[in-house]
Amino acid sequence: MMLIDCPFCGPRAELEFTCGGESHIARPVDQAAMSDAEWADYLFMRKNPKGLQYERWNHARGCRRWFNVARDTVTHRISKVYKMGEQP
Amino acid sequence: MSDQSHRSVQGGRIDRSRPLGFTFDGKRYEGYAGDTLASALLANGVHLVGRSFKYHRPRGIMTAGSDEPNALIQLRSGDRTEPNIRATQIELYDGLVAESQNRWPSLRFDIGGINNLLSRYFPAGFYYKTFMWPPSAWMKYEHVIRRAAGLGKAPKAPDPDIYSKTYAHCDVLVVGAGPAGIVAALAAGAAGARVILADEQAELGGSLLATGEPVDGKPAGDWLSEALAALARMPEVRLLPRTTAFGYYDHNYLTLMERVADHLAAPPPHAPRQRLWRVRAKQVVLATGAIERPLVFADNDRPGIMMASAAATYARRYGALPGRRAVLLTNNDSGYRAALDLAAAGTTVAAIIDLRPEADPELSAEARQRGIELLPGHAIVGTTGDLRVDGVTAMPLTESGVGGTARVLACDLVLNAGGWTPSVHLFSQSRGKLAWNDSIGAFVPNISAQAERSAGACRGSFSLAACIAEGHAAGAAAAADCGFVSGLGAAEPPPSPAAEDPSAEPLRQMWIVPSTLPVGHHGKHFVDFQNDVTAADVRLAHREGYRSVEHLKRYTTMGMGTDQGKTSNINALGIMAEAQGRAVPEVGHTTFRPPYTPSSIGSFAGEDHGDLLDPIRRTPIHGWHEGVSAPFENVGQWRRAWYYPRPGESMHDAVNREARAVRTTVGIVDASTLGKIDIQGPDTIKLLNMVYTNAFTKLEIGRCRYGLMCGEDGMVFDDGVTTRLDEHHFLMSTTTGNAARVLGWLENWLQCEWPDMKVYCTSVTEQWATVAINGPLARRLLGELTTDIPLDNAAFPFMSLREGTVAGIPARVFRISFTGDLSYEVNVPASYGLALWQALVTAGEKYQLVTYGTETMHVLRAERGFVIVGQETDGTTTPQDLGMDWIVSKQKPDFFGKRAFSRPDTARGDRKHLVGLLTENPSEVIPEGGQIVAVLKDKPPMDMIGHVTSSYFSPNVGRSIAMAVVKNGRNRMGDTVFIPLVDRTIKAKVTEPKFFDPEGKRIDG
Repeated sequence: MMLIDCPFCGPRAELEFTCGGESHIARPVDQAAMSDAEWADYLFMRKNPKGLQYERWNHARGCRRWFNVARDTVTHRISKVYKMGEQP
Repeated sequence: MSDQSHRSVQGGRIDRSRPLGFTFDGKRYEGYAGDTLASALLANGVHLVGRSFKYHRPRGIMTAGSDEPNALIQLRSGDRTEPNIRATQIELYDGLVAESQNRWPSLRFDIGGINNLLSRYFPAGFYYKTFMWPPSAWMKYEHVIRRAAGLGKAPKAPDPDIYSKTYAHCDVLVVGAGPAGIVAALAAGAAGARVILADEQAELGGSLLATGEPVDGKPAGDWLSEALAALARMPEVRLLPRTTAFGYYDHNYLTLMERVADHLAAPPPHAPRQRLWRVRAKQVVLATGAIERPLVFADNDRPGIMMASAAATYARRYGALPGRRAVLLTNNDSGYRAALDLAAAGTTVAAIIDLRPEADPELSAEARQRGIELLPGHAIVGTTGDLRVDGVTAMPLTESGVGGTARVLACDLVLNAGGWTPSVHLFSQSRGKLAWNDSIGAFVPNISAQAERSAGACRGSFSLAACIAEGHAAGAAAAADCGFVSGLGAAEPPPSPAAEDPSAEPLRQMWIVPSTLPVGHHGKHFVDFQNDVTAADVRLAHREGYRSVEHLKRYTTMGMGTDQGKTSNINALGIMAEAQGRAVPEVGHTTFRPPYTPSSIGSFAGEDHGDLLDPIRRTPIHGWHEGVSAPFENVGQWRRAWYYPRPGESMHDAVNREARAVRTTVGIVDASTLGKIDIQGPDTIKLLNMVYTNAFTKLEIGRCRYGLMCGEDGMVFDDGVTTRLDEHHFLMSTTTGNAARVLGWLENWLQCEWPDMKVYCTSVTEQWATVAINGPLARRLLGELTTDIPLDNAAFPFMSLREGTVAGIPARVFRISFTGDLSYEVNVPASYGLALWQALVTAGEKYQLVTYGTETMHVLRAERGFVIVGQETDGTTTPQDLGMDWIVSKQKPDFFGKRAFSRPDTARGDRKHLVGLLTENPSEVIPEGGQIVAVLKDKPPMDMIGHVTSSYFSPNVGRSIAMAVVKNGRNRMGDTVFIPLVDRTIKAKVTEPKFFDPEGKRIDG
């Protein structure tokens, strides 16, 4: 079980959090102009890398805030946590 | 009572002043405090303790620890009985009751032993080869096989004991309290670190409990007592004996099982039997030791053949002599020391058979001095003895195998010393990378993946001096990495105690000890003793093409017993590698997985069972419902009153009465469980316009609006009514089961996508109690209880809110309806909920008021065709599928779901549509979930076109009604469809899903 350093509460056990998947996916503004393929890509397709991934986590059983985590999907090493709107 | 025939005259760590009585297979024996069941049995001359899994071969005690593959015992009786417990880890207590397993009618005479005679018909993969034809017969075979296989028996009654779970944090967790672990804990503790030292044994000390080697110039036992006393004086050091670290997870999170009361007949009152520790450590020192590896020789499994170090441990630590006359088979120096220990304790060691042509000269000289015959360059080619070994045959090794003169040596004990396998289980679980060490013939830790260090035998350093040096270095370094550096106020770590490092000749690795005939043709060379896997099985698997070690494991069941192959894995890899003509590291190893030793499920559950398994949510009116004996329905964690039976009424009667009354007089329902989210802020309308499919821009203060929520994929996921309380203040209601999910959905978008929006969401579900008053007389009833809320349609129209008092209680009253009849939903602060309910019941008596539950609520809404999200929908349902196009805005530029509705699949006209079903027989109620077909065939398979989502008998319509989702349903109006069931087929007509008051005329009363 990972130890995640919530930017608002400090280090807490993983079971206090939920993972929201890949981060930095902006919701498209002009959706009407998108092809079905582009739309499906936004809606369904995720990178799923082996290695470093930027993902969203929610301190669901804590402060309920969302934030970003840079995590290695192989080693589970967390290299950075940063707030929403910030860049890694 | 037996006389402990094999107990040494003196010595050992047992307490000879405290004799303890116990029974094994019904026979009474005596042992001493400090014994394990295994040592006590050996002290009584008992070796035979079980029958093997597959061939039912007689088996004896093989090891002295958690690596034991053979001595699996059914411990205790009655509700506390537990199968497959290792006799080597069972601490003796007075009155202990143990039984052998996997034998019938008795351990000495076992009918299942016939399997051994037929063993040529039970090769590796036997099940897969034999029981596959005809395929339909597997179910029958399995029944018989399951009974024949398996070891112990599970208890029949619930576990009477309690279990506990706890969290702990520390700077340095040291796993294993042998010499390396103890010195590591001393070094880290002296530096000031918070230390936890855990060991699976009752006594801390590991090999120090049995060694004859001195430490710091003192007998090991004396040094150990002083070291433990020093640790006990350190306030930040916690010692956990009887505690197995069995799992190593991410970010230095380890799970430990403490056997709090397993050494007692029963746990003391209120004490747990076992405790699960979940430890987060800044640094971990693994000092988990090593496991002695058996040599794989012909018929190496007879009772009386045991690991050399185990025999020495029984003699030195427990004063129990495993035999009178021993023979050692070894490939390394450590076997000599074990044999010398046994000889010193009183066992005659007849011979040392060494696979190597030469041994350490000092040890050889010492052995000769003891009168032990040395047979260097020899092998054991066979053993004899049925229920106990009585002799071995030794032959000289040649270049191609064995040859020359055979020697038969009588003995009642064979010591097996095949080298040592570092216990890298936890290291490997932590994702550390292993490396092959050819000089010891085993894998050792190489690259750490976490903040962890291995020290001592678990990293292949087997001498006492190396264990102490490495333990000291690891403990000091771990403390330093936590910031406890000497010179910063903390005490200097003590100097490392001294021990001698004896020279050692390298071991000679022979994965299979050759015999006179090829492997598989004479005798059995056991590799995995617990699962009866032989060297011949491993070779057969190789010949049949199982080249990957993971396949080998699954095909032969090698390493899949309760011991997970602790004594056997390396041997199997070696034999496999040899067969493939490759080196062991090229073959690789199977994955090490938790738990290190079997762990009880009770300790994982801990206190989380029964009433404490899951919280129960009750409304403020719950007590009243209980008082009238209403049955409850679980809705998520909520308990909701289901119906209110009167004396003699069935559920059907009660629901019919309630449903009829609501349409004719008035009824009240406890709707407090509906999710309620208080939303405030100037951008709330913007948010509502995004999350609902319909427009909220023009919602006026004091007005309510129903909305559907969809995901980006266009699928309905919740519905509810949102009311504008003030310019920037709204109250959103959600379905009971979805309240938390909806709040999470709103927060997700507000925090991640629109952080600039000024909107604040707060759950107020528990702050308000809600009572819905429904029926033609609702207005008259409410009118009696309020003076400040005008109730006529003009002043208080449908879909609006008025605030005032009801029964003297401050209230928000909403005119929203889930029945289609005149309805007021009265919200009061939760603490007034019961008072409101009672006031309504009292005032309603003269109107024949009924209280109604969730079942009637469902019937009433179905009569009007109102959907329940999660019942009519399943995550693949769009608003259009529900026939609710009217709620999907055409004007709004953007909302969740909008883009998805133009995808080809969501836009096509023949999706599954919500329809009504009317059965041909009006009194027949279709089972919910029933599959619908358009074309009926004699038997399945038939083409299913949908399923029934809701189905009830409606007293107000006077017949059964049902809702269903049916492919292209809106274009099947009037068609007849069929619901084939096991015993009958129901015929029904497709209709609009509106059965009562289709024009909605009753809404204003």
